Amino acid sequence: MSWVLKNVTLYGEGDPVDVALHEGVIAEIGHGLSADEELDATGCVLLPGLVDLHTHLREPGREDAETVDTGTQAAAVGGFTAVHAMANTEPVADTAGVVEQVWRLGQEHGHCDVFPVGAVTVGLAGKEMAELGTMADSAARVRIFSDDGKCVSDASLMRRALEYVKAFDGVIAQHAQEPRLTDGAQMNEGVNSSMLGLAGWPAVAEEAIIARDCLLTAHVGGRLHVCHISTAGSVELIRWAKGKGWDVTAEVTPHHLLLTDDCARTYDPTFKVNPPLRTQADVDALREALADGTIDAVATDHAPHALEDKETEWGAAAMGMTGLETALAVVVQTMVTTGRLTWRQVAQRMSETPARIGRLEGHGRPLAVGEPANVTLVDPGAAWVVDPAAMASRSRNTPFAGHHLPARVKATFLRGTLTAREGKPV
Amino acid sequence: MTAASDRPVSGDLAAARPVLDAPALSRVVDRMAHELLEKNGGGADVVLLGIPTRGPHLAARLAARVLAFEGLTVPTGSLDVTLYRDDLRLKSPRALEETDLPADGIDGKLVVLVDDVLFSGRTVRAALDALADLGRPRAVQLAVLVDRGHRELPIRADYVGKNIPTSLRETIHVQLSETDGTDAVLLGPAGSAEPMRVAQP
Amino acid sequence: MNRHLLSAADLSLDDATLILDTATEMAQVSDRTVKKLPTLRGRTVVNLFFEDSTRTKTSFELAAKRLSADVINFAAKGSSVSKGETLKDTALTLEAMGSDAVVIRHSWSGAPVNLARIIRGSVVNAGDGTHEHPTQALLDAFTMRQKLGRLEGLKVTIVGDILHSRVARSNVLLLKTLGAEVTLVAPPTLFPRGVDSWPAEVSYDLDAVLPKSDVVMMLRVQRERMGAAYFPSAREYSRRYGLDVDRVLALQDHTIVMHPGPMVRGMEIASEVADGLRSTIVDQVTNGVSVRMAVLYLLLGGSESAIGSAEA
Ligand SMILES: [Zn+2]
Repeated sequence: MSWVLKNVTLYGEGDPVDVALHEGVIAEIGHGLSADEELDATGCVLLPGLVDLHTHLREPGREDAETVDTGTQAAAVGGFTAVHAMANTEPVADTAGVVEQVWRLGQEHGHCDVFPVGAVTVGLAGKEMAELGTMADSAARVRIFSDDGKCVSDASLMRRALEYVKAFDGVIAQHAQEPRLTDGAQMNEGVNSSMLGLAGWPAVAEEAIIARDCLLTAHVGGRLHVCHISTAGSVELIRWAKGKGWDVTAEVTPHHLLLTDDCARTYDPTFKVNPPLRTQADVDALREALADGTIDAVATDHAPHALEDKETEWGAAAMGMTGLETALAVVVQTMVTTGRLTWRQVAQRMSETPARIGRLEGHGRPLAVGEPANVTLVDPGAAWVVDPAAMASRSRNTPFAGHHLPARVKATFLRGTLTAREGKPV
Repeated sequence: MTAASDRPVSGDLAAARPVLDAPALSRVVDRMAHELLEKNGGGADVVLLGIPTRGPHLAARLAARVLAFEGLTVPTGSLDVTLYRDDLRLKSPRALEETDLPADGIDGKLVVLVDDVLFSGRTVRAALDALADLGRPRAVQLAVLVDRGHRELPIRADYVGKNIPTSLRETIHVQLSETDGTDAVLLGPAGSAEPMRVAQP
Repeated sequence: MNRHLLSAADLSLDDATLILDTATEMAQVSDRTVKKLPTLRGRTVVNLFFEDSTRTKTSFELAAKRLSADVINFAAKGSSVSKGETLKDTALTLEAMGSDAVVIRHSWSGAPVNLARIIRGSVVNAGDGTHEHPTQALLDAFTMRQKLGRLEGLKVTIVGDILHSRVARSNVLLLKTLGAEVTLVAPPTLFPRGVDSWPAEVSYDLDAVLPKSDVVMMLRVQRERMGAAYFPSAREYSRRYGLDVDRVLALQDHTIVMHPGPMVRGMEIASEVADGLRSTIVDQVTNGVSVRMAVLYLLLGGSESAIGSAEA
């Protein structure tokens, strides 16, 4: 089936045009186009399909929280055409078998391409390197390796991993958290944690690892991606490393762009996340860094959790929040409506750059004739209220419940096929 | 919740008319002291226990009269009955008033409970319960400045300053110089104060 | 509308004063032959203790019983507690039993706040993790007022493991409300980051602070903190921060010494000091019952609460 998107502006720039999608590619861009199906996109912005570097799909192992099926439906609703599925499943994605299983599930369901992330170490245990090359060579063609959820804290192991993946142009995505500085940590260490009596997760525990890893990357000539940076100090370190010309990239989550550790004052575990919500000064620094390119990409760290893992005491609750379905709207609220980013820059930070970091083909491509029809249609004027019950994700742990957000994904196309429309998966 | 809010506010009083003025109130207290001495054969072993807010002041006045008439020092004290009330659930918890018993206690004594207004009798019922937890008096009597009727329990006063027949909607305001700056008993028209609140004494 | 006592910060100056004044009257009941009031007849108070604390549980139990409430002791301690649904399930069970108030002790900070969101009755925080212990702060303030006649302007020094102390947090908040001036003393490792934003002075030097203090409150320092390198040895801690006989000589004549218990004798406080004339440790236990009676009366005694926070 072919589609034509009527009266849409590409990257929110220039005069409205019609865009025809046919046989998996952008077939034509012009005026007065027609196709099997027509979608009135007046006032809407067309972006390349969004690419998430950091998604927890929970399958295999915690299908009660999310599955590849439900998670990719949530991705489609949020405007994503590709997600990177984190390795901390049960079993861990540390072999070709597991990554191929996840990749195939993504293909079968067809809501969104799934690119598995391979574990750096066997069982995420931080002891022995997993078979990174075999995963790279598998059908899932893994390029991003991460022990996310845990930090590769052993400096020697981290060095070897950064060196080893050079053979297949891989990247180590580090969850930067010095474990000895975060034993039992519950929230950002600062004024709020002092009053709330919750063990602190200090900024330095993130920054110390980032500094070390940047130096290791320079030493071995490797490629480092830093997951979900959350502090002003981390921004400074990334800026410094880039200034040196080292191959270091960084991502920030939507929740770290909007929320602060004041949220923890409610003791509502919905706001418990790792790394934790930080201070307003950190939020400001992250927004500035995303605007000036120090931070390369927005990644959701979509972390669905079953109700019983969240409906409990703060200390006993699981860490993480969902984010696929709200990511774009939060970025629009924090970055676009405030004038920090143009739509074209949103396309870079949420599609083109993540695709490049993940070495994806067919995603993050220009909106041009002949390119794969992986596109996201955004209505910037459609304000909405976040309702956890209305989400496509199997889990309800969104920190934005009740928030009024600007801009909504109107439709998502994966290789020309409609995968979500008006907040509902197709 | 403070004790002050149990008192009628001045606005209520504008419409009220005096039933006893200061000289009359003084004569009434004199008479009650005489009756007390007469009934109890001179007043030895009598203890006067006032029920806050105004009861303790009335008890002190009675004791002063007894001292003046007979040269007898009668021990006085104060007995807060809030924690024994049966109407606690009807409103927000109240601040407690002082409970202060004479040094010799009440065991074997003739305790005269003193209150400003006798109405439903529930306060006196609470006071009798409180007394039972505090000791074992030889006998208990009741002295009130005003009896306005409408008893809900089988309770009557041994000494009454003045009987004032009222309707349920009317209000009685007792004023004493110690708490109100002036001595008077006022009868307010229906609705001049919240009926619930006035029903409590 | 039900109200709760979750944090000392829930209490306004009027609230706190009302509780202390009420406790003064309640204290008389403890001196009587009949130590019982009919006030909370027909009300049910649940002691929900996820953490062992015989003294606090007994104190609340006695307070509730002296007010004639029915008391259910619900010991929820055990390994299953760390599993998520237990608090919610327990709460629903208590609800079904018709409890009017739940007194909760929990090892996780904030658990009473979570509980208050689930159940209809009032929640009283009897100590949550390293967060707060508001009735302890109330009984401490009561004891200070009883011994020194006032709270406004009192110089109160709190010494010990501030980082992990719920007693310190509640005392700082309540004493601020009541107009006292608090100085916290500890080795730098036992202060939380962010303490500079608290309404209290911070000092690392006990000897400099002691002569100016009207009240010295010693907090328990658990020996296991040594394992995490908060300080090198019990001996060094005691030498620098313990209240020993020599340090007591530096105190003003009227200065009192407090300890919320349980004490580690010879560590933060010498036995001679704990048992000495300045010590209010026994009074604190006695006053605990009166203060908890006052809290229960003011929360449950009427149609609606006279104190506390409406929100959880
Ligand atoms: Zn992570």
